[in-house]
Amino acid sequence: MSTRKRTSKKARDGKNVVAKLSELGADAVKQIHAGKNPNVEIPLRTLANVKFDPKKSIIELGDETQSRSLFNVGQARKYMQTMLVASACKDLVDVGKTTSIRDLYYITKHTIAGTRQNTFEEQEESDPIIEDIEVALDSLREEMNLFASNRGSMVGPLTIVDSGDTIDLRRLGSGGWSVPSIVEANVIQFKKTEAQMIVLVEKDAVWRRLNEDKFWKKHNAIILHGNGMAPRGVRRLCYRMANELKLPLYVLVDNDPWGLYIYSVVKQGSINLAYESLRMAVPQARFVGLSSFDAEKYGLAENVHIRLDEMDERRAKQMLSYPWFERKEWQKELRKMMQMGVKFELEALSSKGISFISEEYLPKKIRDREYLV
Amino acid sequence: MTVRIRKSSGKPVVFGDTPVAKGNKGSRAGSGPDSARIPKPATPPRPASKPLATKRKKPDPVPTPAKPRGKGPAGKITKPASGTTEKKARTSGTAEKARSSGTAEKKAGTRGTAEKRARTAAKDRSSKLRTVEEPASRALVQESKLALEAPAPAGKRAAVKADSPRPSGRRASAETLAGHQREISVSEFFTKNRHLLGFDSPARALLTTVKEAVDNSLDAAEEAGILPSVRVELVEISEDRYRVIVEDNGPGIVKAQVPKVFGKLLYGSKFHRLAQRRGQQGLGISAAGMYGQLTTGKPVVITSKTGKGRPAHHFEIVLDTAKNMPVIVKDDALDWDADHGTRIEIELQGSYKGGRRSVDEYLEQVAIANPHAEVVYKPPRDRAPVRFERLTEQLPPEPLEIQPHPYGVELGSLQHILKDTKARTVSSALQTEFSRVSAKVADEILKLAGVPTNRRPHDLKPAEVDLLHRAIPKVKIFAPPASSVVPIGEQLIQRGLEREIRAEFACSSTRPPAVYRGNPFVVEAGLAYGGDLRQAADDEVEPHSTTKSEDAQQGPITLLRLANRVPLQYQQSGCAIFRAAIETNWRQYGLSQPKGSLPQGPMVLLVHVASVWVPFTSESKEAIAHYAEILKEIRLALQECGRKLGTYLRRRDNARREERRRGIFEMYIGELVESLGKLTKVDRKQLQADLAKLARQHTGDVSAAAEAYVAPTRRVRSESPPDGDTADDDERSQLRLGLEEGR
Repeated sequence: MSTRKRTSKKARDGKNVVAKLSELGADAVKQIHAGKNPNVEIPLRTLANVKFDPKKSIIELGDETQSRSLFNVGQARKYMQTMLVASACKDLVDVGKTTSIRDLYYITKHTIAGTRQNTFEEQEESDPIIEDIEVALDSLREEMNLFASNRGSMVGPLTIVDSGDTIDLRRLGSGGWSVPSIVEANVIQFKKTEAQMIVLVEKDAVWRRLNEDKFWKKHNAIILHGNGMAPRGVRRLCYRMANELKLPLYVLVDNDPWGLYIYSVVKQGSINLAYESLRMAVPQARFVGLSSFDAEKYGLAENVHIRLDEMDERRAKQMLSYPWFERKEWQKELRKMMQMGVKFELEALSSKGISFISEEYLPKKIRDREYLV
Repeated sequence: MTVRIRKSSGKPVVFGDTPVAKGNKGSRAGSGPDSARIPKPATPPRPASKPLATKRKKPDPVPTPAKPRGKGPAGKITKPASGTTEKKARTSGTAEKARSSGTAEKKAGTRGTAEKRARTAAKDRSSKLRTVEEPASRALVQESKLALEAPAPAGKRAAVKADSPRPSGRRASAETLAGHQREISVSEFFTKNRHLLGFDSPARALLTTVKEAVDNSLDAAEEAGILPSVRVELVEISEDRYRVIVEDNGPGIVKAQVPKVFGKLLYGSKFHRLAQRRGQQGLGISAAGMYGQLTTGKPVVITSKTGKGRPAHHFEIVLDTAKNMPVIVKDDALDWDADHGTRIEIELQGSYKGGRRSVDEYLEQVAIANPHAEVVYKPPRDRAPVRFERLTEQLPPEPLEIQPHPYGVELGSLQHILKDTKARTVSSALQTEFSRVSAKVADEILKLAGVPTNRRPHDLKPAEVDLLHRAIPKVKIFAPPASSVVPIGEQLIQRGLEREIRAEFACSSTRPPAVYRGNPFVVEAGLAYGGDLRQAADDEVEPHSTTKSEDAQQGPITLLRLANRVPLQYQQSGCAIFRAAIETNWRQYGLSQPKGSLPQGPMVLLVHVASVWVPFTSESKEAIAHYAEILKEIRLALQECGRKLGTYLRRRDNARREERRRGIFEMYIGELVESLGKLTKVDRKQLQADLAKLARQHTGDVSAAAEAYVAPTRRVRSESPPDGDTADDDERSQLRLGLEEGR
């Protein structure tokens, strides 16, 4: 815990990531010379260690940490890997290059001298270590020049500068601008915009419908999608636009537990990345996805229902107990879904007409403030 | 028990001496098998009559010493031993031959008999008998030729009975059957049943011979208070023929006794005494001699010297199997450097091999069981001699001879004891003839039995004795004195094991004395684990594997069974020790153990049962009978050892685990130094050293155990006697190795 607090302070001190990485190493060396078992405190990333702050309406990491030390048979390997990844990241930042986490896995993977063991056997081993370092140092992987693969597209009445190139998001045809995984201010800057809202769409298909129907033009909306669960780049970008451009964020997702959860992650952060909520969560986000009550309202025929499967039901039950779904409206929503035992995809609206969603459903929801928060 | 043939023909029972092969007897013995086929008339029906009963029952008439020797050295029997005769007779198969050889023998013998007769007189009833009969037998001798051939009467008595009618329509009548009924000589019996004595295969015969001789040597020396020194030599004469030479520094044997001790079955000093000895029945060494004579025709050669300045006497003895009598073939005196001691040479048909149950292994075990004895062994062929030094200069305390304990006595022996006692009253008889019977206890028994205390023991009726016998178990009587049983001792067992086996761990435990059937006994156990016992295959085993998995590849443990310090070699599965060992749950002590068998692993397990009377299952003394009390004590001793082993193995496994842990840490240290070096400025060498130190520290909580893991070897050395220099040890281990290679 203490470590956690110290690092938070450090973060506030505004130390750059290189300094933090060096300090991580120096701490270890100090412990070793003092004859102590070198260890790092890593905040726990579990449901038990996240708190929902109703005031800020975001999920925050708790105080619990786990200690990872070298002289512990179960932790020795991970400790070694932590330091290995840390040193690789420092190298990256030192030479000013960015790379993917898969690339980092290859960079750090080698056979340990004198053995037949590798430092890493597969990427699944290396990815959590990166997250560990992020939490432990209270830095983002983006700060350590690590990125994930691009996912998601965006168009809208906005001009941006991406790595020095000015891009007009109004003139990108059907494909849109591919949202990079690193969207920090040093890479992306916002320029001129007439936008009045942001619409985050769950899936690519719906986003394309909106783009094709020029929804963004008609309603002065920036529309983007994350191809399922919104990746870090998309979430961070939403955060920046919502805060820097002072725009409302509408989230358009399917009517199923998965869709609701995407909305919740965008709004208040996830358990796994709770440490990044502050930088990514957009508490003012509004839910404009399909509600279980919309079935009647829009007269969706039974043939577009999909039965909830076992996993859906389990997930819904779980979500009922999450503190951030405690609000009456959400409880009602979830219970209704479970009671009906069916879910709807956004595409179900196409049964009312191919552009029903872009011309009637979405404008109406926004205009009539029929959204949930 | 002398040889006595029931047949009336008056086989004189001669002891002591020579082959008084009386006519009849001789031929009968000689042609044993044939005689059955020969027309009945020859066999005179038994005289019926009184003497028979008495004769049978009579205790062994122990001849007075000295007779034999007078008999004339050498001379008398020019004839080769009766054994030879017998053989000849058998092989030829013709009655005539048998007869003639028998006769010859007889004639030769007659002279002797006559002389002896006078001397033998006296003492027992049998002697009377003999004198009466002898004339008849002598007569027979002369006529014996005819006797078998023709129905003609041979001798008066024979004649008289020969004409007994043979009823028709029946295969045999009581009378004709009676003709076949005769006493069987012990020697004859064992000739036919040699397996009972441990001579059933050539390899085993060789071992048994060595064993019997060594047992006698050790017993004799200990009884005389001499630190035993035994030398065993095997000389290969041909592939299947060996000469066994066993020499000791014992007190020697009085000249007059030599022939009987070595040439007469069931002649010995230990049978009638209740004391912890190796030998019991006076059977073994004479049987070995008999076996040798049977298979090679060679006499047993004895040299014995009883004290400084006295001459050593030197005998060649053959055993008359029919009569169970020694026959002296040669008798002279010679010089011997030793102050005292006995040397026996037996040539026999045998086969020598190494490995389990070999003489090599046997003597190794003898050395473990007798840490106070020095054993020198010269194997056959050109193998180098092996010497087992003594581990202690201290003789074990002499096991006290005790009276039987009332709890163990059987009705028959109780009757016998009461008949023979010199005490005037039953009460005092009980007190003097049994151990742990005080006046109070005796009175209590008698009261319970309803027998007046002052009855004369001789007058007791069988029914009263029976009452007495039933009363005994109901009275509480102290256990017999434990001083009568002398264990090897925990420390010496452990040291003995450690010396013979380079193990990584050894321990032992001696139980307090206990009692079965009124006989006190002590059980002790010891074990040696790992070290050299581990087979080479073990090298391929993953070094950090656990004890159990690695032991499973080693096969079952080796079980050493000792009874009164004598290693038992055969009939393992019939032995109480084996039973107790498989009934013990070794899994809880960290060994693997298939159901119903010995545990597995590189381990030697030793169990010693010492008692005034070890209950063997057969005369060859290879297996201890399953008395519940003995089984229980063995189990307890094994459990004590097992617990010690378990503690050690757990510690060792912990140490190994720690080693493995350290291995993991050390593996990552290099990587870590590299990473930290990149993260911050650091003296990599220093860091590496510090980490290595830390790794040791962090796996060091159990470092004491880790040390113990290597320690046993060291401990063995420090505990071995200061004078036993290592060179010697090494040499011996090399010798051992050499032997193993030869296997």
